[in-house]
Amino acid sequence: MTKNTKVKNFHQAKWDEPIIFELSTKGERGILFPEIEKEIEAIVGDGFSKLPKQMIRKQAPQLPELAQKQVLKHYLRISQQTLGADLNVDIGQGTCTMKYSPKINERFAGSPKFTALHPAQDESTVQGILEIIYKLDLFLREISGLDKFTFQPGGGGQAIFAMVSIIEAYHATNNEGEQRDEIISTMFSHPSDAAAPTVKGYKVINIYPNEDGLPDIEALKKAVSKRTAALLITNPEDTGIFNPKIKEFTDMVHKVGGLCGYDQANANGLLGITRAKEAGFDMCFFNLHKTFSSPHGCGGPATGALGVKEEISDFLPVPLVEFDGKKYYFNYDLPKSIGKVRAFYGAVPAILKAYSWIMSLGSEGLKEVSRIAVLNNNYLLKKVLEIPGASAPYAKGRHRIEQVRYSWEDLYNDTGVTTEDITYRMVDFGFHMWSSHHPFIVPQPFTLEPTEAYSKAEMDEYLAGLRRVVKEAHENPELVKSAPHRSVVHKIDHEPLDNPAKWAITWRAYLKKNKK
Amino acid sequence: MKKIGLIVNPIAGMGGTVGLKGTDGKAILEKAKRLGSKPQSAKRTKETLERLTFLKNDFELITYPGEMGERIAKECGFEPKVIGSIKTTETTATDTIQAAKEISALKVDLLLFAGGDGTARDIYNAIRNKTVVLGIPTGVKIQSAVFASNPMKGGDLVALFLQGKIKETKEAEVMDIDEEAFRTGFVSAKLYGYLTIPYEKQHVQRIKSGSSTNERYAQEAIAQDIIENMDDEYYYIIGPGTTTRPIMERLKLDFTLLGVDLILEKKLVEKDLSEQKILTYITGKRTKIVVTPIGGQGYIFGRGNQQISSKVIREVGKDNIIIVATKQKINSLNGQPFLTDTGDKEINQLLSEHVIVITGYHNKVVYRISY
Repeated sequence: MTKNTKVKNFHQAKWDEPIIFELSTKGERGILFPEIEKEIEAIVGDGFSKLPKQMIRKQAPQLPELAQKQVLKHYLRISQQTLGADLNVDIGQGTCTMKYSPKINERFAGSPKFTALHPAQDESTVQGILEIIYKLDLFLREISGLDKFTFQPGGGGQAIFAMVSIIEAYHATNNEGEQRDEIISTMFSHPSDAAAPTVKGYKVINIYPNEDGLPDIEALKKAVSKRTAALLITNPEDTGIFNPKIKEFTDMVHKVGGLCGYDQANANGLLGITRAKEAGFDMCFFNLHKTFSSPHGCGGPATGALGVKEEISDFLPVPLVEFDGKKYYFNYDLPKSIGKVRAFYGAVPAILKAYSWIMSLGSEGLKEVSRIAVLNNNYLLKKVLEIPGASAPYAKGRHRIEQVRYSWEDLYNDTGVTTEDITYRMVDFGFHMWSSHHPFIVPQPFTLEPTEAYSKAEMDEYLAGLRRVVKEAHENPELVKSAPHRSVVHKIDHEPLDNPAKWAITWRAYLKKNKK
Repeated sequence: MKKIGLIVNPIAGMGGTVGLKGTDGKAILEKAKRLGSKPQSAKRTKETLERLTFLKNDFELITYPGEMGERIAKECGFEPKVIGSIKTTETTATDTIQAAKEISALKVDLLLFAGGDGTARDIYNAIRNKTVVLGIPTGVKIQSAVFASNPMKGGDLVALFLQGKIKETKEAEVMDIDEEAFRTGFVSAKLYGYLTIPYEKQHVQRIKSGSSTNERYAQEAIAQDIIENMDDEYYYIIGPGTTTRPIMERLKLDFTLLGVDLILEKKLVEKDLSEQKILTYITGKRTKIVVTPIGGQGYIFGRGNQQISSKVIREVGKDNIIIVATKQKINSLNGQPFLTDTGDKEINQLLSEHVIVITGYHNKVVYRISY
């Protein structure tokens, strides 16, 4: 494809589909179970009377009542109303590392050999999956330089939370728990690096970027003290700019007695190139559903693989999966452990898929992944900067790592069209684009991350979409401002998200808050 | 139907292009005209109104005759309701005040005014915070935070307000510089009060979360943090502004919004102090200063809080300065550092470094001060 690549004449399905609770009809059933036969009941009982009394609910749960066909129709319709990673050129959701998840790995995870496993099985009967967990630990040790990994955290946010729990336990062990009540992060690190410590009761100091878009060593000097418990930081930050002075940062924090945690949720530009250990970090975590190709699952089965240095491995959640030379086993013998952060051993399907992905690539393949991801990103950077109205604040003329936080500020000043308007218009061509994480330091921000999974042709297709929308913004801004025109819903009302009296995360809460 | 008021100060900005630093007062206006200055206000107001033409049929525009709004509104294709009367040529502050009062009395949803700091002051004097307003920056001096960052963005903001997409409001500083002093090279800015403007929340990505917490909530959180850490051995000099206001409110103390107050052991010592009075109280005593950047420009000292002079800062010591600001306020500086203008170069230099800023409860940032 060339610069003149045409954008798709896309039109999304629009079903006005209610949510499943609203489709419920009293008494409608998917399956009618047969009565228990007398002979069976005589042997195994009625199945209820042995349940502890306090566990038997008095009222049936208010689940939606639907026949099989209705359920199928509902979810098929909804599936037509998505823009999934397998359906569009999903490079517009920067920081999320959208890449192809090989379908063979889904087959492995869907195999009865895997799905029939139960977490309560004796370890002697699950040596295969324990081997996979243990070996993935070994791979990540090599990739990070750290000494031990746990796969318990169910995502990046929980991995950060577990890190903060370890930080807390570490300082408490050294009788410095009271004194060390501050955690330092940066404005362009993931917001969870500040949020998790806040939830844990820490005071948070965030460092603003300097003119180059990087946190300043002088600013860190101001932030560190005897009260510093830890530094939690991303590198490269969301700007895609790598902080070459990161070792000075970790040194300075260590000097005052703090720990250093590396948010590597997205490590897609660094595989086999730089490591947490050499940058001086005590801990790091990888999102298996980002860099390591396991699907994101819309906040579903994810894993924040958390690794630590030997010196603090005693604090990891239990159990750890170990190998004694003959067999794999669960190690619960960690007296200083922070305890469990999630039931059992983590989202094992995500572990299996990440393991398969790494095995299929090998060490040279992993390095190649990062090289291509960086190359793709810098190709895209050059092309995006050719689009009138687009800019990449900070680090002018320099290469970025795996993503770039761009700005539409110039376009906005010329046309009044905002990032939000453009995201809505891009949907009309079947593209996903988002405005990216707060805080809004970069005006009219958008963040693109092409990863290694997209071809030049696909990037050109996406660029053609951007060019088309920008052209429209100049010629007919109202068309862009009133978008989307060919999508499922028109505009999303943000207001209920700000209003605790309105938002509801369960059907029951919805009914209560709306007095139905 | 929603109602928008429009007041144009036709002479605002005329002093700028000819280097006169303002157009407050008749003599200066004459001089500006002699120097060949052309009116700026109407042209820039047009940029704002053009952003609103697509909503033309959805609201009523109420304005004053001729150059004060009628002419430019009609030029942009509006059919405004015109009230009041002016002498056809030279308008003065009295006309602005009169127009603001009359238009506000018609219960407009928002009053749009074009001018500079002087115009903002006139609007403030006329209506205080009775009506939501927004300034179109057309004047020479724009120290106040009541102005849109440019005329076009002002139009977009009003459009969102009209469409009900912006519902919240906030108080923003009305500042002005003494033009006489400014012409002789000395900046003396005063905080005159607060006008209510639409508050554009920055939306973060859908799904992930809602929009940023509102300014008022963040200010309360800052106040709680400050109060919890108050040391009864210290005097606390509380600088002016809405960010420091909740400290006094939460302590249930009498205070001045625009002045400097002094407290000890969480009790008011005296409010609205002059530099001299502050020094009388604190000389030789342990003292802390609580300040917030004033206006849209990020000045920590020297604009609107001159009572906290370089002498006071010297006496208190750099390490006892507590800076407070919401993240929204810091982000609105677009990466520009905080500024100081104490009139004392040594103090300005001393303060120019990275500082800790309290941005919420148990929440701080590191930011830079410059001069």
